[in-house]
Amino acid sequence: MSLFARATLVLALAFLYAPILVLVAYSFNASKLVTVWGGVSTRWYGVLFADGPLIAAALVSLKVALLSAAIASVLGTLAALALDRHGRFVGRGAYTGLLYAPMVMPEVITGLSLLLLFVGIGLERGVATLVIAHATFATGFVAVVVGARLKGFDRTLEEAAADLGATPARVFTGITLPLIAPSVAAGFLLAFTLSLDDLVIASFVSGPGATTLPMRLYSQVRLGVSPEINAASTLMIATVGLVVLAASWLTARRGRGA
Amino acid sequence: MRPTVARTLGRGLVRGLPLLWLALFFLVPFAVTLKISFSSPATAQPPYLPVLDWQGGLEGWREFLEALDFQNYQMIASDALYRDAALSSLAYAGLATAILVLLGTPTAYAMARAPARLQPTLVALVIVPFWTSFLIRVYAWIAILKPEGLLNAALLKLGLVSAPLAILDTPYGVLIGLAYAYLPFMVLPLYAVMSRLDPALREAAADLGAGRARVFLTVTLPLALPGLAAGALLCFIPMVGEFIIPDLLGGPDTLMLGRVLWSEFFSNRDWPLASAVAVLLLVLVVGPVVLFREAELRREEAAEGMGKGATGKGVGTGGGR
Amino acid sequence: MHAPLPPPAAPLLRLAQVTKRFAAHTAVDAVSLDLASGEFVCLLGPSGCGKSTLLRLLAGFETPDSGTIHLDGADLTALPPHRRPVNMMFQSYALFPHLSVAGNVGYGLKGLGLSRAALQERVGGLLQLVRLDGFAARKPETLSGGQRQRVALARALAREPRLLLLDEPLSALDRALREETQGELRAIQRRLGTSFVVVTHDPAEAMALADRVGVMERGRLVQVGPARTLYERPASRFVAGLLGDVNLIEGRLGPAVPGAVRSVETALGPIRAGGEGEAGAAVVVAIRPERLGIGGEGGSDATELSGTLAEATFLGDRLRYRVTMADGTVLRASAPLPITGPAPSVGAAVTVAIPAESARILPA
Repeated sequence: MSLFARATLVLALAFLYAPILVLVAYSFNASKLVTVWGGVSTRWYGVLFADGPLIAAALVSLKVALLSAAIASVLGTLAALALDRHGRFVGRGAYTGLLYAPMVMPEVITGLSLLLLFVGIGLERGVATLVIAHATFATGFVAVVVGARLKGFDRTLEEAAADLGATPARVFTGITLPLIAPSVAAGFLLAFTLSLDDLVIASFVSGPGATTLPMRLYSQVRLGVSPEINAASTLMIATVGLVVLAASWLTARRGRGA
Repeated sequence: MRPTVARTLGRGLVRGLPLLWLALFFLVPFAVTLKISFSSPATAQPPYLPVLDWQGGLEGWREFLEALDFQNYQMIASDALYRDAALSSLAYAGLATAILVLLGTPTAYAMARAPARLQPTLVALVIVPFWTSFLIRVYAWIAILKPEGLLNAALLKLGLVSAPLAILDTPYGVLIGLAYAYLPFMVLPLYAVMSRLDPALREAAADLGAGRARVFLTVTLPLALPGLAAGALLCFIPMVGEFIIPDLLGGPDTLMLGRVLWSEFFSNRDWPLASAVAVLLLVLVVGPVVLFREAELRREEAAEGMGKGATGKGVGTGGGR
Repeated sequence: MHAPLPPPAAPLLRLAQVTKRFAAHTAVDAVSLDLASGEFVCLLGPSGCGKSTLLRLLAGFETPDSGTIHLDGADLTALPPHRRPVNMMFQSYALFPHLSVAGNVGYGLKGLGLSRAALQERVGGLLQLVRLDGFAARKPETLSGGQRQRVALARALAREPRLLLLDEPLSALDRALREETQGELRAIQRRLGTSFVVVTHDPAEAMALADRVGVMERGRLVQVGPARTLYERPASRFVAGLLGDVNLIEGRLGPAVPGAVRSVETALGPIRAGGEGEAGAAVVVAIRPERLGIGGEGGSDATELSGTLAEATFLGDRLRYRVTMADGTVLRASAPLPITGPAPSVGAAVTVAIPAESARILPA
């Protein structure tokens, strides 16, 4: 690798990680002021765990993320299968458009219009509306992840199974599904984190009693930098880091074994 | 295989279920938004008029339609606030996209040229920040950019500036935030295309006398253009409607449509006007969205073409052990 | 060599006027073919000739636009793949990567109502058949190319199909392994008595394996017969060229005479050759290089022509000659080594003998 390439990578990664490292470092700062280093302390983690509303919000977020990711995984996988398997059906262009558009659509539009629909049909705002909204914009992401796997899928494996007497249902459950399962799991994780992360859409469609973690954090962030938020952020980053590490460890092990 | 009843039914279900969901929760809401953008605000529940009386039959429909008007759009057209917000949204998104192209192209290229065993790690390193909270990553910049923040502290200590720079709550803060938050979206599609380019193409160009810069400009970059287009649009479209970044890093004077919509809705409780702003925003991004889909389709086709060559290679290496 | 079987009275497989089109392209064009029980047939042709599509029609992955496919008298034409008593070995082998060798081989046996023990026994027997005992628990990715090929064969044989379809079964193996595997495949086929249909683009493979070879050209089955018949009495220039090197000399067919041998007027003079046709028709005389006699040992009914030896190449087991004739035509000949008598030297005038019984008259 040339020196230029090396320097580029180092700078790009520094740019991506510097803010995160700053957050983590300051979550252990004993002082309440950002510019003053008051020594290492875990006091903000104590404050965090005593913050009832924040923990309640985290639980709401978790619930919404699990449910919406489950729905998005089913819908996204079906959509990916339809696009991969059904050839050039009528309306295919519109179908892909409808699938991809929610991924890039500005969140304020998606959030506002969903809210107006929910109000229009008289659906009470809360966890249910949050789940519907998040499932809607995550479906496309799942479809993209699963679709990429289906593209590299060796269709003769399915033909071989059918040739050996497996019914279409058995081909799907015994061959297709196990082989695309890692991508469905990846899609689920993506949908899950997208839901956990969403502030804008949630602010529109949620109702009283269904405050999500980002909504709660946002209301505090607006008041300025706070060490407690730094601690909460560090915990979230650590969780994601552990999940990513575990996932890569699992893939590495699977690659080595067998 | 011949279509059977069960098969047709299965196909219909596979295709229809996602379609039904997206139509109901993505398309219908737009229609509702469009309708409400022609309504008037009211101190009622819901806070707009008219409300269609479903029991009113034809007469109800007539009254409903007569009560609709263009006043929100007249407001948007006459008040400079909205025009300025639209223009500056496009300007911010356009400028940030240009910055991202300049930052993302060398990064993706360096990743694609890195040793093969390092590449999965590099991709993971670019993706990991994306998996952590967007809100929190933007919030982290406040501590760095504010006048008494880390960046200014470092600059003052190094003697590069004599007084703290004002970056937070200025357009620079917004641009830094946009470039930071969207960098993975630019790098990943570009890397995907660049890493699949046959290295023999670069070698052939070098063999024919092209220097490194010429190889990059005449071979790598043109072939990576589909990835560049996809990445640029993938960043540009959501940036036009961005809310969190201008809200946290831009200060009260930063005008962007996402923010205007937010304050019309949450502060002024003017749902019809917020809807009209949403329609305006939609009009701004619908062109790029269509372009994005085209770029994606072309990228897929390109990937398929390259994929076939790769499969041929795979058969040859898949054998022994 | 194995003796060709006589055409059976009641065929195991009967293809009648099977046609398959993809958009404007006719991949399989009115193919009719009968196959006897226990017969080994190779479909031979260049890529894109429709042989693989024909195999996929037999397996049920494609449905013909017209024509019928009968197996043992039962109509298969509209039956989906999983309900056909026909199995296929895929060119890529299509081994299920998430299942073990035993899981792959036993896949087709699930749902047949076998007990666990019986299933294991059958899988064990199949693995023994392909000499892979002890590999049952391995994953396909840990096997060599030859081992994968044998797993694929065992898996395809597990359901004891009446007919086994093999799509380029040996193409992924290297040459030495390929020849060894040809013999093995042939032995397994004879032992089980299963009918095999093999698709290949390699004429040597088709000749080595098959009781009968069917040559396909642009969707049509142009000639079917024992390899030897196709090699020695091809029906067209295409078949002649596909099965091996051949000299083609253009000319006009002379008048009909009693007997099988006719005279053809060519630029090299009249040549006597076997075949039929209308007097005056444009034809070619096809003669294999190894049947050309260099130095005038043509036998009783041979056309003798003179030319100049332009090149003699040593190929280990034979010599290859290029002879330039009076009009500039170049003929290729070969002679097995060691040759008896003095070898002609390059540049010398030589006599080229074309034996009438080896020369075929084909449509131009």
